[in-house]
Amino acid sequence: MRATGGPEAAVGDVLLSVENVSLSFGGVKAVSDVSFDIRKGEIRAIIGPNGAGKTSMLNVINGFYHPQRGRITFKGETRANMRPHEAAYGGIARTFQNVALFRGMTALDNIMAGRTLKMHTGFFWQLLRYGPAMREEADHRHRVEEIIDFLKIQEIRRVPVGRLPYGLQKRVELGRALAMEPELLLLDEPMAGMNLEEKEDMSRFVLDVNDHYGTTIALIEHDMGVVMDLSDRVVVLDHGIKIADGTPDEVKRNQAVIDAYLGVAH
Amino acid sequence: MDLLYKIFIDPFVQMGAAPDLLVQTLWEGLVAGVLYSLIALGFVLIFKASGVFNFAQGIMVVFAALTLVGLHEHGVPAYLALALTIAVMFCLAFAVERLILRPLVNQPDIILFMATFGLTYFLIGFGQLIFGGETKVMIADQLLLPRGAIDVKMAGGFVSLQKIDIAAAIIASIMVATLAIFFQRTRIGRALRAVADSHRAALSVGISLEQIWVIVWFAAGLVALTTGIMWGARSDVSFALEVIALKALPVLILGGLTSIPGAIVGGLIIGVGEKLGEFYWGPLMGSGIESWFAYVIALIFLLFRPQGLFGERIIERI
Amino acid sequence: MFYREAGQFKTNYAADLAVFPILQDRIGLMIILFLAAVIIPWFGSSFLIQAVMIPFLIFSLAAIGLNLLTGYTGLLSLGTGAFMGVGAYACYKLTTYFPDVNVLIWIVASGFFSAAVGVLFGLPSLRIKGFYLAVATLAAQFFLSWCFIRLPWFYNYNASGAIEVPTRALFGIPITGATATDTTRYFVVLSFVVVMTWFASNLVHGRIGRMWMAVRDMDLAADLIGIRLLQTKLLAFATSSFYCGVAGALLVFLWYGGAEPAVFDVNLSFFILFMVIIGGLGSLTGSFFGAALIFILPIALRYFPPKLGIPVHPATVEHIQFMVIGALIILFLIAEPAGLARLWQIGKQKLRVWPFPY
Repeated sequence: MRATGGPEAAVGDVLLSVENVSLSFGGVKAVSDVSFDIRKGEIRAIIGPNGAGKTSMLNVINGFYHPQRGRITFKGETRANMRPHEAAYGGIARTFQNVALFRGMTALDNIMAGRTLKMHTGFFWQLLRYGPAMREEADHRHRVEEIIDFLKIQEIRRVPVGRLPYGLQKRVELGRALAMEPELLLLDEPMAGMNLEEKEDMSRFVLDVNDHYGTTIALIEHDMGVVMDLSDRVVVLDHGIKIADGTPDEVKRNQAVIDAYLGVAH
Repeated sequence: MDLLYKIFIDPFVQMGAAPDLLVQTLWEGLVAGVLYSLIALGFVLIFKASGVFNFAQGIMVVFAALTLVGLHEHGVPAYLALALTIAVMFCLAFAVERLILRPLVNQPDIILFMATFGLTYFLIGFGQLIFGGETKVMIADQLLLPRGAIDVKMAGGFVSLQKIDIAAAIIASIMVATLAIFFQRTRIGRALRAVADSHRAALSVGISLEQIWVIVWFAAGLVALTTGIMWGARSDVSFALEVIALKALPVLILGGLTSIPGAIVGGLIIGVGEKLGEFYWGPLMGSGIESWFAYVIALIFLLFRPQGLFGERIIERI
Repeated sequence: MFYREAGQFKTNYAADLAVFPILQDRIGLMIILFLAAVIIPWFGSSFLIQAVMIPFLIFSLAAIGLNLLTGYTGLLSLGTGAFMGVGAYACYKLTTYFPDVNVLIWIVASGFFSAAVGVLFGLPSLRIKGFYLAVATLAAQFFLSWCFIRLPWFYNYNASGAIEVPTRALFGIPITGATATDTTRYFVVLSFVVVMTWFASNLVHGRIGRMWMAVRDMDLAADLIGIRLLQTKLLAFATSSFYCGVAGALLVFLWYGGAEPAVFDVNLSFFILFMVIIGGLGSLTGSFFGAALIFILPIALRYFPPKLGIPVHPATVEHIQFMVIGALIILFLIAEPAGLARLWQIGKQKLRVWPFPY
């Protein structure tokens, strides 16, 4: 299923698709029968009013929640449930709405933690912290420094993340996700709580990650300007149901979307 | 094969062979269970209302009992001593709020939990310093608690029910009912539940944390006093009682930390389970298995229901 | 102005990743090791070595063990005493069955026994968290304590229920039993503690330490970045119990010279936990500070008032001990929840800018 032309010609095959996914908590239906796909190399936005089920959708993709119905196909493999470390090892990384950093550690250690799934030297060498263990540590430190350079957070390497301002925390979290060298990066409201300048910086980072590393990005965002400018395609959810799916322009003109955002009684 | 018979068949055979003994054991178990429930109740109160797991509840039981007996030894008449002890427990609650809870407001729960360890050790030292370490006798008669037993003829034999145990069950039930109504129906009860959820949110709607905490710790102190009296009436008052508090932990696991009915049901289950285990399976394994049997019961339970029988299911969001 | 790192540049990542990158820290470490290995055995009195240094080191080792589990991985454990007991009894049984094998090997082996038991009782950590897990470790504590008392096999069917340590030697020098001198025993203990602390330090500064801390700080996020939760938690239990097991074996073989089963009860678990809390959760140096304070304080309380001429009844001293420890715990949690280790760090920070205030 190749993408048939269009301006974003770099976009390729379907990387991930969710089919008829339904998720509920007790009596509350978070997501009802939602299907969409994400193509390799694109930036896909997931938008919708509050409570639409966007974060729940990401949690399903990650394997944190298990849907009652539906399937997830990732890199050709279909399954009813994802497990968190399967997702991680498969190349899915993410950031969180309420920054989920490891507060007891420095920024550097947090990003190094993201390299864990690529570090393999055994317990014995770790005990000695010598030879293979040190070489591996230095190698991964090198990669992490590249990410730190990319995100321009050199000065705060050794600062415990609990002390960092919110905007920088979000950047460190992005760094930790990038350290996993993901194929699919899920960003949950990366611009939340930021001022205009910070948003511009973050948008630049998102675009660079997509261009430079070729990472596919799925992005939940409320700022319409950001969504329209950054994304290749958009999915709109409302009350757990998909109400639109297409390019930003198509979605902008969709009546159902306008109604959902303006709160027309339905 | 023989071993399997001994573990899985024989105890039940024994139970059936002497049903009056079974009833007696069940009764003893229920009685122990009531007392465990009372201790667990103190924990649940404080946890429900302040989110703190008060490890010092056990020593509070001992402390309350010792104060009562100590005052009486110095010539204070029984009911006056009781009133004074209640006052002392109030002062204790006040001091705890002032010196421990207030400085630690908003700290993570684990810090508060560890602070109660500190409180426990402090009260052990303090209590021993003031009252001395010897065992004392509870002033049950002076408090007009009943003595003696009622012998009931049933199940082919005799079952002996101590009157004090019956009294304990009745008093415990009244206490539980009062507390349940208090939590559900009154304004203060609602405030207590708010504080348990979030200190900050409670502060922001104008609930005075200090007052609530003093009330709650005082209530827990009263529960501790009752427990101390009841327990002391059956066996004497000594610092060994403090270890009984550790017994309450399996009860809390079974019943869930936030549920008053859970504490009751959990206590009864553990009490009965432990007594049955000790009496029918004990001879198999050697004596003293009650030191860990309750914990194993609780542990098995936890594996299937991590939040306990009645506890709230914690849904973690990320 | 002495404690500045100005002028100390690192030209490769490996150098920057060193555990003590600052030169002054390395010098300080050398001085401490010199004090421990040379000055104390040479000049220290027998009382100092036998009653203070040896137990201090042993308890520090146990505190490190507990710290790895509770401070670094966030799994509260109240079973430390029992795990120490497993180590002690394992060593005892091994050396009585195989008296010709060097006892040092058996001390290390007993650590592995303890690790196995630790993993067994750590299995519930897959489903159970936080306070409930602590109760599971209490189950281990009570059950194992009961085993040590009730199963006579553990104490070789000795009538009194206690065990006595047989004499064992290394290169002809007795290191356990009645004939071993305190200096010999001190060196054995010191070697164990130095090497094992070095191992622990290496672990926590590398990949494994980060995995543990990630599980402590937010285990859901750790899972989502690919850290295998069960394996990481079990590794923490295993390593922690190994340390506690070795500490237990050292306690019985190189300090007490014997043991009653009651030694490894729940009070010991609390004792070590207090050391870790006061010393600082998540800090290896904190384990030493905490052990020093909690262990040496009672000795000081017993020793000094008579010297100052204040007559104190021994029972009263014990009561005051409890009160002081309890009050100290509360005070520390109020003033500095991160314990003595954080105070030490703040001190070093002040030293960096000294003589300027900030």
